[in-house]
Amino acid sequence: MISARNLSMRFGDRRVFDRVDVELALGDFLVVTGPNGAGKTTLLRMLAGLVAPTGGELELPDRSVVGYLGHEPLVYRELTPLENLHLFGRLYRVPDRGERIGMLLERFDLWEVRSERVGTFSRGMQQRLALARVLLHEPQLLVLDEPFNALDAAGSALLDATLEELRDRAVVVATHDPGRVAHLATRRLAFA
Amino acid sequence: MLGVRAALARNRMPALAGAAIVLVGLSIALIFFYAPTDADQGISQRIFYFHVPIALTAYACFGWGAWKALRHLWKGDPNADLESYVAIHQGIIFGSLTLLTGSIWAKISWGVWWDWGDNQLVLFLILFLFYSAYFMLRYSVDPGPQRANMSAVYALFGVVLIPVSFLAIRLAESLIHPTVFTSQGPQMEDSQFFTFCVAWVAMLTLFATLYQVELAGKRLDARLRELRELVGVGR
Amino acid sequence: MTYVADVAALARKDLLLELRAKETLPAMLLFVLSALTIMHFAVPTGGENVPGLGAEAQAAIREREEIASLGLLWVALVFTALLGLTRAFVPEREQRVMDALVLAPSDRSAIWLAKAIAVFAFLGAVELVALPAFSLFFEPVDAMTVAAILLANVGICTVGTLTGAMAVAGRARELILPLLFLPLVIPVVVGGIGASVGGSPRYLLFLVLYDALFGLLAWASFDYVVAER
Repeated sequence: MISARNLSMRFGDRRVFDRVDVELALGDFLVVTGPNGAGKTTLLRMLAGLVAPTGGELELPDRSVVGYLGHEPLVYRELTPLENLHLFGRLYRVPDRGERIGMLLERFDLWEVRSERVGTFSRGMQQRLALARVLLHEPQLLVLDEPFNALDAAGSALLDATLEELRDRAVVVATHDPGRVAHLATRRLAFA
Repeated sequence: MLGVRAALARNRMPALAGAAIVLVGLSIALIFFYAPTDADQGISQRIFYFHVPIALTAYACFGWGAWKALRHLWKGDPNADLESYVAIHQGIIFGSLTLLTGSIWAKISWGVWWDWGDNQLVLFLILFLFYSAYFMLRYSVDPGPQRANMSAVYALFGVVLIPVSFLAIRLAESLIHPTVFTSQGPQMEDSQFFTFCVAWVAMLTLFATLYQVELAGKRLDARLRELRELVGVGR
Repeated sequence: MTYVADVAALARKDLLLELRAKETLPAMLLFVLSALTIMHFAVPTGGENVPGLGAEAQAAIREREEIASLGLLWVALVFTALLGLTRAFVPEREQRVMDALVLAPSDRSAIWLAKAIAVFAFLGAVELVALPAFSLFFEPVDAMTVAAILLANVGICTVGTLTGAMAVAGRARELILPLLFLPLVIPVVVGGIGASVGGSPRYLLFLVLYDALFGLLAWASFDYVVAER
């Protein structure tokens, strides 16, 4: 899925990271740890295909198989969950959109609020919607930046269960709480 | 030191600089001593020999910048972004000189410091505004692939804007003075034409020299930064 | 065609967002009316009522004033459009939703086209109010002017959306957008005022040329503007 050698990233004069290697195949689960500002988010954006590295080689799959969850939920606040997911479903070419959306909203306990504006949701609910969006097109490669952010106990349990189900795909997770996903990890990357 | 000299030699800079100095000197000599004095405007008409070559060189700068921009977008040439930027920077410099010399010429010809009837001058005003915004754009975005892409796209827009604006200016003019304008400029005698050509080549050589100088300078800057970082990391 | 469906879905999203937020459109409406009012004071009319002027002189003065007012109409429209364009990419920027749009398999130029269509709709809606107001405050607007405005809208929206995306990528976005946009829109103003005042179809043709050239260029280059690689 991903093959990266000697990646480096520089913003102007500031070197964010360098000499990073990543190898990821289906079935792999990469856990990226490190303090804030160390470059985790930048690396994940790079692996999702949003940003080009300033140095090194990077081989990524076609963007249609990638699902990216950023630091922000990446959903429109003025739209409802249904409208958001229908839009992204359309853009990501999801077959049987209606069914799949319904199923995901149920899974993430958002069915009741499916026609309310996302702006009225708590941050935890927005995060759950974001997860639904990521899984909408059944991506083979998932790049999740701190997915447990803002989730309450119930939400975290949902995410745990979901991650278990994704073991046959390629997953990259950046997290503050490595213990949570330690049992799933097949590879690790620690930022200083 | 050796690497720097090798870099300079590679850029053929001393030869280019030498040629520029000779040509500019020659053209100044020709402009003031060889070209015939204009019957109407006298000695001050000679600004024409500066103004038009500078203007044409400015167009060449923007054209070169657009070419490099195309190479960046199309071929992914890693040097093209910097080269495009430097070319456009030179273009702004020559463009400003065009506005300056054009204004002086307007004062000489019409007694006013600005002449809306001078199509070339008005076009350069528009281009000056446009390409100044190019720099504002570059300063507002962090260095990286996105900045390079956007600069390149903007440079291409500029080069399309040149003919479109010129057409617009002509159209605007015929709104106020509904007459047909033929190409301006006096018929040139041989000696005038020769002087003009020398001046034009001199300006282009000057552009080429300044372009290489600035390019080399920027590359040295980048290299210096890289070295500083390596040393810093080692510590 | 999937491309058309993508554009439709995105345009629908943009229109829906504005319908719910109700920020940009009311502001544009108020702005254009304020601008027209200021114009009245900035270009005083009635100069032909000076006593002692012959009929010919009066007609000439009135004609000059009409031309001046039309010119200001175009200025008002350009700056109203600018107001709308500054807000165009705000929803995407605020929550970085752009990342999700950019990663979609759909053609990225669809994002641009949808946005341009939405801004065109807003501008058109504003003009539906502004033109009658102008006719009320100053003088009636003829068919040529309306045609010119429609064509100009296309150019303004295509170029404006592209420069809007550029501006949003950096700092000082609201400052940068006018600088990028205004020089590019000068030919549009020339075409527009030429058609409004002179009435020659040549100016409309010029607007069509501008729209085609810059529209194509913007459509082809949006992908580069929005990608960070």
